[in-house]
Amino acid sequence: MSRHTLSVLVENKPGVLARVAALFSRRGFNIESLAVGPTEHPDVSRMTIVVNVEESPLEQVTKQLNKLVNVIKIVELESSASVQRELLLVKVKADLATRSHVLETVQLFRAKVVDVAPDAVTIEATGSSDKLDAFLRVLETFGVRELVQSGMVAVGRGPRSITDRTLRPVDRPPAERTA
Amino acid sequence: MTDQITGAQSLVRALEAVGVEVVFGIPGGAILPAYDPLFDSTKLRHVLVRHEQGAGHAATGYAQATGRVGVCMATSGPGATNLVTPIADAWMDSVPIVAITGQVPSAAIGSDAFQEADICGITMPITKHNWLVQRADDIPRVIAEAFHVASTGRPGPVLVDITKDALTASTTFRWPVEMDLPGYHPVTKPHGKQVREAARLMVEAKRPVLYVGGGILKAHASDELRQLAELTGIPVVTTLMARGAFPDSHPLHMGMPGMHGGVGAVAALQKADLLVALGSRFDDRVTGKLDTFAPDAAIVHVDIDPAEISKNRVADVPIVGDAKETLTELITAVQAEHANGHTGDYEAWWRQLDGWRKTYPLGFEQPADGLLAPQYAIERIGTLTGPDAIYVAGVGQHQMWASQFIRYEHPYTWLNSGGLGTMGYAVPAAMGAKLGMPDKIVWCIDGDGCFQMTNQELATCVMDKIPIKVAVINNGSLGMVRQWQTLFYGQRYSNTDLKRGARPVPDFVKLADAYGCVGLRCDNAGDVDSVIEKALAINDVPVLVDFVVSPDAMVWPMVPAGTSNSDIRIARDTAPDWDRED
Repeated sequence: MSRHTLSVLVENKPGVLARVAALFSRRGFNIESLAVGPTEHPDVSRMTIVVNVEESPLEQVTKQLNKLVNVIKIVELESSASVQRELLLVKVKADLATRSHVLETVQLFRAKVVDVAPDAVTIEATGSSDKLDAFLRVLETFGVRELVQSGMVAVGRGPRSITDRTLRPVDRPPAERTA
Repeated sequence: MTDQITGAQSLVRALEAVGVEVVFGIPGGAILPAYDPLFDSTKLRHVLVRHEQGAGHAATGYAQATGRVGVCMATSGPGATNLVTPIADAWMDSVPIVAITGQVPSAAIGSDAFQEADICGITMPITKHNWLVQRADDIPRVIAEAFHVASTGRPGPVLVDITKDALTASTTFRWPVEMDLPGYHPVTKPHGKQVREAARLMVEAKRPVLYVGGGILKAHASDELRQLAELTGIPVVTTLMARGAFPDSHPLHMGMPGMHGGVGAVAALQKADLLVALGSRFDDRVTGKLDTFAPDAAIVHVDIDPAEISKNRVADVPIVGDAKETLTELITAVQAEHANGHTGDYEAWWRQLDGWRKTYPLGFEQPADGLLAPQYAIERIGTLTGPDAIYVAGVGQHQMWASQFIRYEHPYTWLNSGGLGTMGYAVPAAMGAKLGMPDKIVWCIDGDGCFQMTNQELATCVMDKIPIKVAVINNGSLGMVRQWQTLFYGQRYSNTDLKRGARPVPDFVKLADAYGCVGLRCDNAGDVDSVIEKALAINDVPVLVDFVVSPDAMVWPMVPAGTSNSDIRIARDTAPDWDRED
C-alpha cells in the first residue's frame, strides 16, 4: 500500500462531494483525507483526496472517478513535485510553569499562537503531515486538550496550472436527436 | 418562442423535441402537473402500467429492442423507489433509459414530507448521472443532457427528479438548448497503434477467440463483427448479453460461454492463446474462478468504458473506443497484415474446436418423472416461431434454456436481464419491446416464479393492445434455486416450492382469462407444437401458454459458482475430457 494524492477538479454544484465520497465507499477505497474548496474559476471546485492503495486499484479508482459526469479532471500529485499542506489547530495545556516551553516549541516549528487562556494556548500550524505529526508528538508531552486538523491540500510545483486546459466549452452540437 | 408556459409543459415539449414516442408510467401527487399537458400531447404516447417496476423494465425492453432511449415516469417517494430495481437492472446491462420522477416542492425537501424520498441519493450508485431540477427554466437543458448522457459513450440509465414547484412555475421554452457538461467526454475513436498491435497479435496467434459481449449490440457493430470474423477465420463466442450479435448458424460460431455455456465455447476460452474481448467485461459468470480463467491467453480488450479495461483481467492491449469504429479500423489493420503476407494459421485450433463441438453438443434428457421437458417446449417455440421474432426471458433455468435452445440469427432478438438477474423483468420488458417493434412477434419466456413478480402488466398489455405471447415454463418451483439445492444443499428444498400439492397456485390459464388474455395449457410433448401454433395464430390479444413441465429438469452444462471453467460439468458428476485425442 502506498499513499497517493489526487487533485480532482469538479463542477461547483450541490451533491458533487456526495457523489465522489459515495464512489470511494462503494468501490471499497478508504479516503485518508479529503479537502474541498473553490478555485480561481467560480464554476469549478477542487478536491484534494489522499488515498492509501496499490497501483492497480488506484488506476481503477481514477477511471471510476472520471466517469462521474461532474468530474472534470484528475491529476495525481507526486509528493516530490508538489507542495502539500495541512492545517492544524490545537489547544495545549500551558500554565505559568509550562507556557514558555510551549512557546519555544511553537517557535521551533514556525507555528503561531492564536488564542491564549490562563491555563491553555491555541496553536495554529501548517505543514506537511510529517511535520505536523512531529509537532504533535512534542506537544503531547504538555497535554493536548483539543485537536482539529484539515485535510491535505496540494499544488504542483512550477508555473503550470492543472486548470489551464480543462474549461473548454462543450464541443458537440447541442441537444442532438437521441431518442 | 417566448410564450409563458409551465415547467410541466416545457417538460412535455422537451420530450417531444428529443424524439420520445412513448412514456411508461403512473401518475401521482408530485408528478401530476406533468400528466396534464401529457394528456394533450399528440406526439407522446403514455402507457399506464400497473406498477412502476413495470414502467422501468418496459422502458428497458423498448430500448433494447429498438436501440432508442426508453422513458419511464413516476411520482415522488414510493413511485420513484419502485423504479430502483429496473434502474439497477438497466445500469448492470448498460441500457439507455431516462427515468423522470416528480419530487415534493423544493421548500419541503428535507422535511420528511408526504411521499418524499431522496431518489437522487438513492439512485446515485445505479445511474450514469442524475439531476434534481428545482427551476422550471432548467428543464429543457436537463432533458437534453439526460438523453445525451444516457445514449452516448457506454449507455446507461439516468434519472431526472423535478420538484412540483418547478413543474408548476412559469417559464419560456427554448430549443435547441446548449448543454453544460464540462466533465463528460466519452472516447469513441480507438488508438491506431493499439489497433495495429491487436491485428498483429491476431495473425500471429495459434488459438485466438473473439470474446463478444453486449457492447457489440450497443454499438450496432454486428456487421463489422461478422466481417472481422470471416476475414480472419477466428472463432466467435457470444456471451449471454450478446446472443444474436453473431448468427448461431454461422460455422465460426462456437456458442455461448459461461456458467451455463456450451462445452465448446467454454473450452475455446480456456485453451485460447489470445482473447479479443469486444464489448465484454470478464464478468464472473463468464470467467468462473478468475485466476484460473484462460490461463494461456494474451488479452486484447476493446471497450468504450476505460474503467472496464483491466478491471478483472489485465489487458495486454487495451483499446478504449466505440466497438463499431474499432472493428472498422481493426478490419483495415488485419487486411494490411494479410497484404504483407501475414495470415493467421488456425487449422490445428479448428480441428480441436470442431472436436469439442462434435463430442459435446448442447442437449437434454427426458425427465425421469415422465413430465414435459422444459427444454423441448422452449426449443419448439424457437423453431416454430423462427429467428425474426424477439425472445424475452426472465431469470433462472428458463432463461438459460432460452439462451441455449433457441437459435438466434439476428441482433436485438434476445432480451434478458443479464447483470442484475432481475426476476420479473420479462413481462414488462416484452411489453416494451412489442410496443417499439409492433411488427415483430414477441415471446416472453418466463418462469412461474418470475411471472408472478410482474404479471399484472398483462392488464396493461390488454388495455393498450400490446399482443405479446407469454410462455410460462411452469415447474411449480423456483427452478434455478431448486437446482442449486439439489446439487449443493443435499436436496433440502427450503422455500422453493410454489405449488400446493399437485395443484398450481394460481391457475395461470384462469389468470390469463381474468386479464382478458387467451390462456392455453400444455402438459405433454405431443401437444407442444399444436399449442404453439395456436398461440402464433392469435395476434389481437396477449396469449399465455402454461407449459406444465418437470421440476427435476436441470440446466447443463454448469460451471459451479466459484470454481474454474476447467471444472465444467456436462451432467451431474460428469466432466468433459477436453484433451482427449480423437
